[in-house]
Amino acid sequence: MSAPKFDFDIAVVGSGPAGLAAAALAASKGASVVLLDEQAEPGGQIYRAVTETPVRDRKVLGPDYWHGAELLGPLRDSGAVHWPGTIVWSVARPREDVADGHRPIQIGLSRNGAASMLTVRHVILATGALERPFPIPGWTLPGVLGAGAAQVLLKTSGLVPSGATVMAGSGPLLWLLAWQYLQAGVRIDAILDTTPKENWRAALPLLPGFLRSPYLGKGMKLMLEVRRKLTVIGNVTALRAEGAIGGDSALKSVVYTRNGAEHRLPADTLLLHHGVVPNLNLANATGCAQRWDEQQRCWRPTTDEWGATSVEGVSLAGDGAGIGGARAAAEAGRLAALDALHRLGRIGREQRDQLAVPHRAALDRALTGRAFLDTLYTPAEAFRAPADDTIVCRCEEITAGAVREAVRLGCSGPNQAKSFLRCGMGPCQGRLCGPTVTEVIAAERGVSPADVGYYRLRPPVKPITLAELAALPKTDADIDAVFKH
Amino acid sequence: MTQPSRGGEYDVAVIGGGLVGSAMAWGLARAGQTVAMLDEGDIAVRPSRGNFALVWVQGKGLGMPEYAGWTKKSSDDWSGFADLLREQTGLDVAYRRPGGFMPMLSEEDLQARANTMMRLHNQPDMIRYPYEVMDRETLRKELPFIGPDVVGGTYCPLDGHCNSLRLLRTLHKGIGLLGVDYRPNHRVERIEHRDGGFRMTTAGGEVRAGKIVLAAGHDGARLAPMVGLSAPVRPQRGHVIVTEKTAPFLHHPTVYVRQTDEGGVMIGDSFEEVGFDTTLQPGISSAIAERAIRFFPLLGKLNVVRSWAALRVLTPDGFPIYEESKTAPGAFVATCHSGVTLAANHALTLAPLIAAGGLGDSFTPFSARRFHVPQAA
Amino acid sequence: MFRRLPEIETALNAAGHTVSFTIDGRPASARAGDSVTAALLANGVTACRTTPVSGAARGPYCMMGVCFDCLVTIDGTGNRQGCQVRVAPGMAVETQNGKREVER
Repeated sequence: MSAPKFDFDIAVVGSGPAGLAAAALAASKGASVVLLDEQAEPGGQIYRAVTETPVRDRKVLGPDYWHGAELLGPLRDSGAVHWPGTIVWSVARPREDVADGHRPIQIGLSRNGAASMLTVRHVILATGALERPFPIPGWTLPGVLGAGAAQVLLKTSGLVPSGATVMAGSGPLLWLLAWQYLQAGVRIDAILDTTPKENWRAALPLLPGFLRSPYLGKGMKLMLEVRRKLTVIGNVTALRAEGAIGGDSALKSVVYTRNGAEHRLPADTLLLHHGVVPNLNLANATGCAQRWDEQQRCWRPTTDEWGATSVEGVSLAGDGAGIGGARAAAEAGRLAALDALHRLGRIGREQRDQLAVPHRAALDRALTGRAFLDTLYTPAEAFRAPADDTIVCRCEEITAGAVREAVRLGCSGPNQAKSFLRCGMGPCQGRLCGPTVTEVIAAERGVSPADVGYYRLRPPVKPITLAELAALPKTDADIDAVFKH
Repeated sequence: MTQPSRGGEYDVAVIGGGLVGSAMAWGLARAGQTVAMLDEGDIAVRPSRGNFALVWVQGKGLGMPEYAGWTKKSSDDWSGFADLLREQTGLDVAYRRPGGFMPMLSEEDLQARANTMMRLHNQPDMIRYPYEVMDRETLRKELPFIGPDVVGGTYCPLDGHCNSLRLLRTLHKGIGLLGVDYRPNHRVERIEHRDGGFRMTTAGGEVRAGKIVLAAGHDGARLAPMVGLSAPVRPQRGHVIVTEKTAPFLHHPTVYVRQTDEGGVMIGDSFEEVGFDTTLQPGISSAIAERAIRFFPLLGKLNVVRSWAALRVLTPDGFPIYEESKTAPGAFVATCHSGVTLAANHALTLAPLIAAGGLGDSFTPFSARRFHVPQAA
Repeated sequence: MFRRLPEIETALNAAGHTVSFTIDGRPASARAGDSVTAALLANGVTACRTTPVSGAARGPYCMMGVCFDCLVTIDGTGNRQGCQVRVAPGMAVETQNGKREVER
């Protein structure tokens, strides 16, 4: 292989807080940086549509949302190139070494319906979080959405639920959305709180740390306001969504269990949420090692204190590396950028460490109290590993019962279960079933999810058309491998 | 899972839980043997999870007519095999034999293909089967979506395909119903032949059996010498692509493109000598995609939802190895790269022979001794 | 069911920042900048397809491009993620039944 032509020094994937901060800092120090993002506008999900939301009344989305706008100026001034509307479907390193000592990273892109490969020296994955799958019977019915999805509709389009609306689950985002609806004059009918009572016992010792947090206390205030103004039903231990009797066309009611008794609420819209987990598909498909985080009850790619992964030249920053929230994500993005600059020889080790000091301190501040939230809002097992009749894989419509049956046939992990059942083989590539399938197998085997593992993923992590794939550059060796044998 | 019959002792231990191993275990248990199937864990080199699912006859066996006959026999027995599995497990492995095509993109390639098929059928002792060399217009009547670059192709009515992942699951369900003791996470470290039996040291403890069947795919190369056998296999990588589910439009499998019973279009494949590296190469996927679009241009619009690279288990001549050890009688090796096509044979013919005691002379051509040609002085 | 916040709807109409498109051939209108999925919800379309596996009805779930439940046919191309495409003037959006057709 001849020496590659590098398109950029650094590519940053994702323009949420981590990506915006990483790209801005790296470019401001002279590196050539491209910021790749699937959305049309920067901000990620947390600051989604911050440049163009029709919700101009600032009190509705709240100050934490508008904080996102502060990340945009530095990006603009930094000289980083921003490519919105760009799907990253692959990140890989060719095996061959090259002359100048920097093995290139090749990034598979799709922009405006055409795929291409981008060659860079370093990549920072800032792929953020997604809502933890919340498998209950009926969660596939039209009218059942993630609370995060409803928040995107509010931010991007000023759309709010109409008709009978129920929110269910636990975690900060649920309360934030209910509060935002209140500010917008939208009243939802009930919040079904699934936070397990017993979580308080484990979380209480962590409360002092939480109370020291400069940011998280605000969340508490907002939750109290929601509790004062809306119907909140606590200690909910089971949930199901139901359509019309004898039909499954759309949501009609929500059935919940409290203190052992079932109750029914009419509902046109059910918004589910019980926390967020790292969106790790791209890191996983890139070959980055990952580990089970018991406290956050999720898989997270393994990183060092700079966000460097097990794959040389690939770093991670923000919630994609473990949930820390937007403030922490921005600081982690800056640390990853400094380390990338150091690895590229643009700054020395000492300079890196010195520049990192304020960001590391800010990161620590932002993470203060996180353990309390993680512990308090760990979903109950019944919602992580649901009953047999519940669909866990939405794409292939595979139930928890089918996964358990596969375990009884001897499947010890999700990859064999995937082969047997097709769970995780649909277009979402396991994003909506992976955490659940691991939990179900672990519970059925009576072992930790750490011993069960996770799907081994492959590119493309987002679909591209066969024609796009066919148009990519090929070497003679590539063609021979297909045509000569 | 049932308990071992005799305190950890079995009539047969099958080493390997892929398509070859589970078909053998199914056949052995059906023949009345107490069977353990020792397998690796969730992450392992598993060609059975990455294959193309053809039950394919045409073109196979040039250089070993016995292999052509063996393949044809499996194809002929496959339908009955699928029926047995359905009756036992309630699962349909979606076996269909509508006849398969090998479309060609140049007159030169078509002529070469026709010559190969003729040479194959002119071998002594060849069991002949019907096939046709078709020109473009004839081919287009059967495959209406072919592109302008397709000049013709070959067709064989014996060719078919199945759902190979469901086959793997069905065999695992079937062996469970037959009382086979399936033991995942039991990678075999060592095999000792003593007192007329075999003792396996595994990651999950010790297992003893009167007979063993090495169906361990790539790991056969390591294990076979422990019992006086030889399985000189090497990995050959092949890339495969699959699209989103699409309404049925392709009613025959072709060598490179087939539509699955579930609707996805599987597209293959490549031939790479890269050891055990299963990293995907975008350029190779691209070459495969480009060729598939030349065959069927309308595929270009479909979304690719997954791709992977699997490792064929290849012997030096590409043909299977079936053999009983001379020095450790009761130790058998069964290895091939056509675990789907040959599944019916493994379950219905080979396993009963092993259950009954031995392979017999008809399997002599499949011995690994064919690779041990004495060096000229 | 979703509706536009009234003050936003009023502002949209006053400023003419609306887009005309069709849903299964019927005329519809949305805010310029809406995703196709948001535009469908704003027009009362909660279910956008039936699945290729069981034929069950589905609507959008994640709104961030990961769940693939908002798939619709856009200008004749099937299985597009409606939440990732912005509605455009004259766009023909169609709800889907089951598996995609290879010719569209």
